[in-house]
Amino acid sequence: MLSLRSIEKSYPLAGGQLPVLKGIDLIIEQGEMVAIMGSSGSGKSTLLNVLGLLDNFDAGSYHLDDVDMSELSERQAARYRSRFLGFVFQSFNLIAFKSALENVALPLFYQKIPRRERQKRALAMLERMGIADRAHHLPSELSGGQKQRVAMARALITTPRVILADEPTGALDSVTSNEVMDVLREVNSTGITVIIVTHEADIAARCDRTIRLKDGRIIEDGNSSEVVEPTAHGISPIS
Amino acid sequence: MRAFDPDRLIELVQVIVRNPMRAFLSSLGVGWGLFMIIITVGSARGLENGVRADMGNDVANSMFMWAQSTSKPYKGFQRGRSLELNLADVAWLEENTQHLDLVVPEIQLGGYRGSNNVTRAAHTGAFDVHGVDENYPQVNPFRITRGRFLNPGDLNAQRKVCVIGSRVETVLFDKGEDPLGEMIQIQGVLFRVVGVYKPKGTGEDAENEAESIYIPFTTFGKAFQTGDRVEWLSVLIRPNVDAAEAEQATKDLLLLRLNAHPDDKRAIGGWSMAEEFQQVESVFGAMRLVSLLFGALALLAGVIGITNIMLISIKERTKELGIRRSLGATPQRIIQQILGETLFLTILAGLCGLILGVGLLELLDGFIEDGGDAGVFRHPEIDLKTVLNVLIILLGMALLAGILPTLRALSIRPVVALRSEG
Ligand SMILES: Nc1ncnc2c1ncn2[C@@H]1O[C@H](COP(=O)(O)OP(=O)(O)OP(=O)(O)O)[C@@H](O)[C@H]1O
Ligand SMILES: [Mg+2]
Repeated sequence: MLSLRSIEKSYPLAGGQLPVLKGIDLIIEQGEMVAIMGSSGSGKSTLLNVLGLLDNFDAGSYHLDDVDMSELSERQAARYRSRFLGFVFQSFNLIAFKSALENVALPLFYQKIPRRERQKRALAMLERMGIADRAHHLPSELSGGQKQRVAMARALITTPRVILADEPTGALDSVTSNEVMDVLREVNSTGITVIIVTHEADIAARCDRTIRLKDGRIIEDGNSSEVVEPTAHGISPIS
Repeated sequence: MRAFDPDRLIELVQVIVRNPMRAFLSSLGVGWGLFMIIITVGSARGLENGVRADMGNDVANSMFMWAQSTSKPYKGFQRGRSLELNLADVAWLEENTQHLDLVVPEIQLGGYRGSNNVTRAAHTGAFDVHGVDENYPQVNPFRITRGRFLNPGDLNAQRKVCVIGSRVETVLFDKGEDPLGEMIQIQGVLFRVVGVYKPKGTGEDAENEAESIYIPFTTFGKAFQTGDRVEWLSVLIRPNVDAAEAEQATKDLLLLRLNAHPDDKRAIGGWSMAEEFQQVESVFGAMRLVSLLFGALALLAGVIGITNIMLISIKERTKELGIRRSLGATPQRIIQQILGETLFLTILAGLCGLILGVGLLELLDGFIEDGGDAGVFRHPEIDLKTVLNVLIILLGMALLAGILPTLRALSIRPVVALRSEG
């Protein structure tokens, strides 16, 4: 369970502070599939980074399974990222000089799991993503969709409790986007919490719950079918 | 202990493979520095060996002493009294000294080049003839190439036997003739050759040395009417005794024995190989230090180069480091990675410099061995201990080179790293 209470965060700006999160209260239960929507600059990525222990916050409290996350050392934060969290990014963030297999195995390297087992599990994970035949390709030799599959395999290899995805389909066409969402749905069906930042209504529509941010505040939070409304063209967010 | 993870090495190799030109350029400084150290230390060593070879005839802890004239009146004796040493003085000195291991009496005939004093049939030559005892080779080592050196029996029986230098052999004997058992005439007295020697070392000293003839001290006294008069003493200073101290103490003893004023500075002459060696030693010590210093400076420059390259590399790889941290890399693992990369680069470069340097020295050595002219330069080499020391210095410098980049890498927060371009 992720629990945020009155989270505030601002960025230092020339001549003052830019408040980005202005009191976020949010509880996400284990196994939920949540979309975070909102216009550009509303603070979605910032919120996700706070949830992912990649960034700190100024005020409020954050509990992960009832453990206070506000006073973690960098070493402890790294442990949580390693054991509990998996990240998927819009730009894939694969390490360019490592093969797909090496990229997927990397989180296990930091868990000090023996090389043989790393390789075995990474290959199995690529298999599950349907791209085992590309295991020894470099990221530059893969299509966008394939890259995102590698990235998801890498996020999943440690069997995390939570997957945090910042616009995972932002760089993909709609067909590939749908495939990525298929994977994330399947992942969620195994009990892993999935949190997706997205601009796209049809992505949000495939989540169970949607949170809408505006100006650093949650303005809507509910069942995706209520928060995200269909338009003439299909599905688009209400504004 | 956990088994070594090969990926740790693979990661390091990837750094180089990814940007070999950069790895090469950044390593150049360190490689060059180490190369310089090896070459300069090795050459200094070569020079040292060369000079040593020239001094090879001499024993580092040997000393020579002789009696002169007094410069102070003492116990009723006038100043200017001429002092003499004899065999009894030698025995007394050996008994009473605290500083010496060995005292060899010596007396010489000829010495002034030109007058032919040795003949054998139609052959004739001018050679130094020394009366010594059987211990003489300990103060002046040479290689007996045939036969033997003088023995106690020769001295006790006052045998007319001699040991000749290699030059003496070539002058007095025809090629292929065996001098052993043959007779030669020294100032009209017949001596049987029992041994031939070759001086150790090279150079002028050694060549002179090869023109000497050694006969028993006792025989000398009888044959040339010098009795038991001793011209000078060759002595060995005990190990770990200071040469200057030994010289002074021995002089004091001899002054006492010869009834000369204890403060007479001129009554006893002395010349200490040991002091000479100590001086040469300190010159070489300084030379080694200077070459190490220059090498260390070159290394330092190289290390700064590596630090610089690593800083650039970290800037370029900020994103990668951010990704690694999002995947669970602890600060400790980041430290290991950056330090590891720096150490790997530095040591790889250092080893290249080392191997090239040692290779060049070996090549040079081979060239000199093959008869190349190198003046006073012999067997340039570098010993394992120096190499190990240099490697330790290298390791220290590599760690130093890694500190700044590591701190840099750690100072970037994961979120910032992830947001960066690249
Ligand atoms: N490191 C930073 N320093 C200063 N301001 C920042 C920083 N990161 C983000 N901001 C600002 O904080 C606000 C929220 O940024 P954030 O990235 O969370 O928005 P977002 O909702 O993810 O937008 P988008 O949909 O464009 O990705 C923006 O106004 C942005 O300019
Ligand atoms: Mg964003």
